[in-house]
Amino acid sequence: MADLTADIATGSAPGRLTTADGKPLKAALAAAESHARRRAFFLVLPLLLFVLITFIFPIVQMLHQSIYNPGFTLHRDVGTGVKTPIMINVRNWFDENERGSDPDESAYAALHKDFLLLDELRAAGSVGTRINYDMSGTRSLFTKTARRADKLTPPFQEGFLAIDKDWSDPEVWAVMRGASSAYTANFYLAAVDLTRDVKGDVVSVDDNRALYVKLFGRTLFLSLLITFLTFILAFPVAHLLATLPLRYSNLLMIFVLLPFWTSLLVRTTSWMVLLQSQGVINDALVAGSLIEDESRIQMMYNQTGTVIAMTHILLPFMILPLYSVMRTIKPVYVRAARSLGATSWTAFRRIYFPQTVPGIGAGALLVFILAVGYYITPALVGGADGQLISNLIAFHMTNSLNWSLAAALASLLLVGILILYWLYDRLIGIDNLKLG
Amino acid sequence: MALPKHADRLERIWYYTYLVLCGLIFLFLIAPILIVIPLSFNAEPYFTFTEKMLAFDPTGYSSRWYDMLLTFGMADGSAARDGSWWADVWENSAWVNAAKNSVIIGFFSTILATCLGTLAALGLSRPEMPFRRVIMAVLISPMIVPIIITATGLFFFYSKTGLANSYVGIIMAHATLGIPFVIITVTATLVGFDHSLTRAAANLGADPTTTFFRITMPLILPGVISGALFAFVTSFDEVVVVLFVAAHDQQTIPRQMWNGIREQISPAILAVATILVVISILLLTTIELLRRRSERLRGLSPG
Repeated sequence: MADLTADIATGSAPGRLTTADGKPLKAALAAAESHARRRAFFLVLPLLLFVLITFIFPIVQMLHQSIYNPGFTLHRDVGTGVKTPIMINVRNWFDENERGSDPDESAYAALHKDFLLLDELRAAGSVGTRINYDMSGTRSLFTKTARRADKLTPPFQEGFLAIDKDWSDPEVWAVMRGASSAYTANFYLAAVDLTRDVKGDVVSVDDNRALYVKLFGRTLFLSLLITFLTFILAFPVAHLLATLPLRYSNLLMIFVLLPFWTSLLVRTTSWMVLLQSQGVINDALVAGSLIEDESRIQMMYNQTGTVIAMTHILLPFMILPLYSVMRTIKPVYVRAARSLGATSWTAFRRIYFPQTVPGIGAGALLVFILAVGYYITPALVGGADGQLISNLIAFHMTNSLNWSLAAALASLLLVGILILYWLYDRLIGIDNLKLG
Repeated sequence: MALPKHADRLERIWYYTYLVLCGLIFLFLIAPILIVIPLSFNAEPYFTFTEKMLAFDPTGYSSRWYDMLLTFGMADGSAARDGSWWADVWENSAWVNAAKNSVIIGFFSTILATCLGTLAALGLSRPEMPFRRVIMAVLISPMIVPIIITATGLFFFYSKTGLANSYVGIIMAHATLGIPFVIITVTATLVGFDHSLTRAAANLGADPTTTFFRITMPLILPGVISGALFAFVTSFDEVVVVLFVAAHDQQTIPRQMWNGIREQISPAILAVATILVVISILLLTTIELLRRRSERLRGLSPG
């Protein structure tokens, strides 16, 4: 306590340290430091803003799309861009009546009013598509009903049932209730093979429609397999490169760096050329009479093709971190172990290998992260059963146009990747990422 | 790792097996890339070596697929090869147009990524930079996040903001994808940077701008150029974002290749692949020379 007061006393004494222009040294230092901090930050700021606009915003937009689908609530005219709220009456009916109540005449009357608007806007197709996401086979129900809506007269219930008996199906009404709010978690449920039943409870979908969990599982399995294969292939090569004299290893490094620099599409094309049933490998096997001409091995358009091509493409990402760690391992440790009587295997297992673990960790994590999100190679050589989760996202984006489901799948994948990325940063550090 | 003199027989066997294994793995790495080069000169539309090729019969080889790269999409490819034929190539050839688009997009996205990335790397390598780790992680993330996710996000974002189907949109997206490479290479160069040089410059009366252009820039230039090359290659090889956000007539080389592979793969693809392999060999040589120069400049190793 006495010391503290003494300090304060000296601090305020007339003879304290100041800069040339009379400012206290402490304040001047703080000002200089914050100036330096600001300067460093302003150098980074332009790029940060740029990445925010071209990368972070789009990702946020995608996350929004995964929980927001206004297909049943809002119609946007493609030509004019005018937005019109739709299905208002039936949404009101849903608000007034609790879940599970049977649709009565007032519900059908509300639906009729909405269908008149849909017919006028020519929006029945898009509304049907929205309902179709949750219950397949219902799109035509909506287009058909909209065409005949203007001829309907009360009582509407019978009129609707005359058009299609499906209008009495409680599931149709449950799905419409689910879609009546633009914000929904249903796409996430769909992305993990779950759905809501008539009562609104979460249940798993039929086994023959369950697809995504299996695909996530396959993506994980194939990525692990590819990571393991790259490790097996990279270890001896990295060891050789790290122990050879620099002038030889620099030369051999070309074999690793040339694939790294070659276009991904070129490498995939090369594998297609090699693996085709009329391709180089099969021809060589037939020419060497190792296999019969009729029994050429199918190595492409299946999982084998995906695994071979991706192992080749990701191999440099395993070799480079392993190499940079092995380079720093001093050979004297192994020599010491040998001179103390260890066999070469024991020396490798107990002394050399444990020192390479940081490199293995860095390489394995990097390869796994890249493999999980791979798209191009599986799309070209994967066929039907070599597809990964990315390919399904692309399918929903470009073919089935179920964008919200694509966004939900992508968000799940993104969460997984970010966890691994965080782990990588924690264990290895982003700064230690090296290229070539 | 030479074999010691006292190695026993088992160790010798194992050592030579190990060398053979390494040789095979190197073959696995390089063979798929080199195999397309001879195959692109195939006279027949096959993806394998014909008997004539194996016998080195000149009639088994031809440059017809390279010729097809020029004539594909032309108004009149079979006309006499005079000045107007070449004008036709320049105007209408599908691959030439794709190459033009690729170069334009690659050039501008590289400029954008290199300028912004170098500035940011200078800031990030200062010890007083606040939130360094988080910001670095954010700026590197475009390299880690799967391209399909980036493309999906950009599709939604661009269709809302009207950037879809425009060159500006693609250039911005490609610049974002190239930025992590610039940051990594430039910060790596700055790690060994001797800051007493800039202080000496300031001491001798140079203002910060002069110091940057006369002292810092020449020293980090090798890192900046290799970062720029990485950014250019990234853009030049990118297909997914282009597929998602570009207009139908905005063809680039990778997109044209993608379509070619998906629809009907012809040896013309192999001719393109060969050209790209040659380009990547040139790039690799440049990078290697730059790396050696940078190490020499910074006195890190004898090079």
